[in-house]
This record gives sequence, structure tokens and C-alpha cells, in this order.
Amino acid sequence: MAEITAKQVLFEPIFSNNPIGLQILGICSALAVTTSMNVTLVMSLSVIAVTAFSNLAVSLVRTQIPASIRIIVQMTIIASLVIVVDQILKAYAYEISKQLSVFVGLIITNCIVMGRAEGFAMKNGPWLSFLDGIGNGLGYSVMLLFVAFFRELLGAGSLFGFTLLSPVSEGGWYVPNGLLLLPPSAFFIIGLAIWGLRSWMPEQVEEADYKMSRHTHKEAF
Amino acid sequence: MEHYISLLLKAVFIENMALAFFLGMCTFLAISKKIEAATGLGIAVIVVLTLTVPANNLIYNNILREGALSWAGLPDVDLSFLGLITYIGVIAAIVQIMEMILDKYIPALYSALGVFLPLITVNCAIMGAALFMVERDYTFSESVVYGFGAGVGWALAIIALAGIREKLKYSDVPEGLRGLGITFITVGLMSLGFMSFSGISL
Repeated sequence: MAEITAKQVLFEPIFSNNPIGLQILGICSALAVTTSMNVTLVMSLSVIAVTAFSNLAVSLVRTQIPASIRIIVQMTIIASLVIVVDQILKAYAYEISKQLSVFVGLIITNCIVMGRAEGFAMKNGPWLSFLDGIGNGLGYSVMLLFVAFFRELLGAGSLFGFTLLSPVSEGGWYVPNGLLLLPPSAFFIIGLAIWGLRSWMPEQVEEADYKMSRHTHKEAF
Repeated sequence: MEHYISLLLKAVFIENMALAFFLGMCTFLAISKKIEAATGLGIAVIVVLTLTVPANNLIYNNILREGALSWAGLPDVDLSFLGLITYIGVIAAIVQIMEMILDKYIPALYSALGVFLPLITVNCAIMGAALFMVERDYTFSESVVYGFGAGVGWALAIIALAGIREKLKYSDVPEGLRGLGITFITVGLMSLGFMSFSGISL
């Protein structure tokens, strides 16, 4: 990475270096909030805001922080930002903040925020760090919205609360797939999404631990 | 007593931290390649949760809660907005202190848990348990049981996943699904299995 341009920093995390798909960061809170698009959108915006501003703040003070206590300093910056977001949500979007319950607070321990602060903002200037925060937040949001799209559409027959496939219980034709509203479905959708992403970009495929040898005995067939 | 047993079972199986609430996923996926490592991490999580949840419970009920400071002559003060930053501070401090105590008095355990302890500070399961404890308004003794139960549930899940993954590496997985993808699907199936506990109550 000799010269990093702003555009690269902003757009790379969305597909080619997705925080959830490739870096295994921030999955913790990603899954529980994806049953409806509304809640997911609010969660995504909160994460983008926190990642961007924590990156900016950490980057601004990066030369002042003693290396031995940098984790605590980053943690304090992040926690303060999350408190601000939490209070704003409680004041202006009370219903949604009730549905998000503990998951707004869990942005603090979301590894994306911490990982980008430690991995990028400590080494780069404020402007690039800010963009990197937005980029990684967007990468996270794309994955989250993708999961939420399928879960809400197939699980409840609606998007953003508007009914698209009218369910049987209200006299329509669509039988909602209840499994998609339950926790396991989120794992399946992310697993399949990663499969899709990696088939599209084969350089992300992981090495196999063991190579399979071909069948040599004809009798086996 | 019955109430506590029911709470414990609920925390371990029905509301399993990892499989029902997706908490602690990052470490859950990253450290589950070998059973030994997973066991070490699981035990560390049990110990830290059993200590931090009650500690945060005391702080919340005696300092942060609305009206909790009346013993200091400040009955109108509501500090609950400081919750998030306090819990993470308490967790980080307890982990640090535990590390030092173990290093001095039980070096064998320290070298076994050593690498995992710092990881635990940023584990969502620990923070999540503290937040659930506040949201559900547990008493002190309930919070002890809940912290222990949540830890056991998480440890159980990661050890089970590590067991599966150790076998899984000998299987011929489609290219794009290799590694992370198949792990997600495995965890999904495990989570489906754990859902069969729901509805059980004592």
C-alpha cells in the first residue's frame, strides 16, 4: 500500500474488503437486528456514525496517545460516541431504540469500530481515517441490509413495514416462512452471501487444510 | 431456589449467548479451530462473566440508577446515561486485575488463559450480559446466577463448534464456502438445534 487514495479508502471495504465477509469483524451485533429493514437501517446509520467519528477523533489525537494505554483511550472515545448515539435515538426514535435494546450499547464492543481505530486511524491522517470509517461502516451496512432484505421479505412478506406479499393470515396468498424470523436463518443467509461474494471474487477463497485425492478404485462407484 | 435453577437453565440453554443472541461472535468464529484453545477461552469467559455481571449490578443499583445516590444526599440524580462507559471500564479493570492476580498466585492457570484474557475485554458477550442484566432488572443474587449461566452457555457453544470444526477440516467443501462460509452454516444448524430448548421452563 504505497499511495492510498480517498476513493480506494471509501469504496474498497464495501465489496472487495468487506468487514463481515472477509475480515471477520463486527458480526456480534450484526445478526440480531436484521429481522426488519427499519431497525437495520437505524443500526447501520449508528454504526457508520460511530466508526467515522471515532476514527476521526482517534486520528486527531494519535500522536498524543502513549502506546501503552492506547486501547483504553480508544475505548473511552468510542464509548462516549456510543452514549451520544444512544441518547439521540432515545430522544427522537424511541420505538426503534426499544427494539434495538442492548444492541446500540454493543456497538462499543463491535470489533469493526475498535479494529479500524487501531488498524487504520492510528497510522493515517484525520480525513482519510474519517473516510475509512464511513467506508467500513458502509460495508457493514450493505451486508446487514442484504440479510434484513431477505429476512423481512420472506419471513413477514413486507419491506420497511409495507406489505408486498400479502400473507395468508390477512386473506392473501403468501405463507410466511417463520424460520427466517428466527436466529438460525441469519447465519444461513450470511454463509450463503459469503459463498456468493467469494465465487464472484475468487481471490478471497481460503486455502483448504487438506487436499482431497481423487477416487482411484473403480469399485467405489 | 427453584427460581434460580430456572434462571440458570434459561441462561445456559434457552437464551444461549452465542447461538440465540449472536454475542461474542468475533471470538466465537476466530478461536474455534481447536478444542484446547476453545476450552481455555470458554473457561476464561465463565470466570470473567461470573465476576463482572455482579460487579456491574452493584455499581448500577448503588450509584448509577435514578435515585440510587440518595444515601449521599442526592436523591434526584440520575446517572444511568453513564452506564455504557462505566460497564466497559469496570470490565476492562476486572480483566486487568484478574490477569495480575493470576500471574502472581496461579501462574499455571495464567499461562493457560494468558492470551485469551485481553481478548475478553472486547468480547460482546461480556458487555451484552451486563446490559441484559440492567434491562431485566436482576437483583444481586440473580445477577450472580445469570452471569455464571451465560458464561457456561457460551463456553458450551464454542467447545461444541470447535469439535465440529476439527472434523470438518477433513471434508471436501465447495471452494467459495471454504472456511468462514461453512462455519456460518454450521453455527446456523447448531443454533437451530439449540432452539429446541425454547419453551422449556421449570
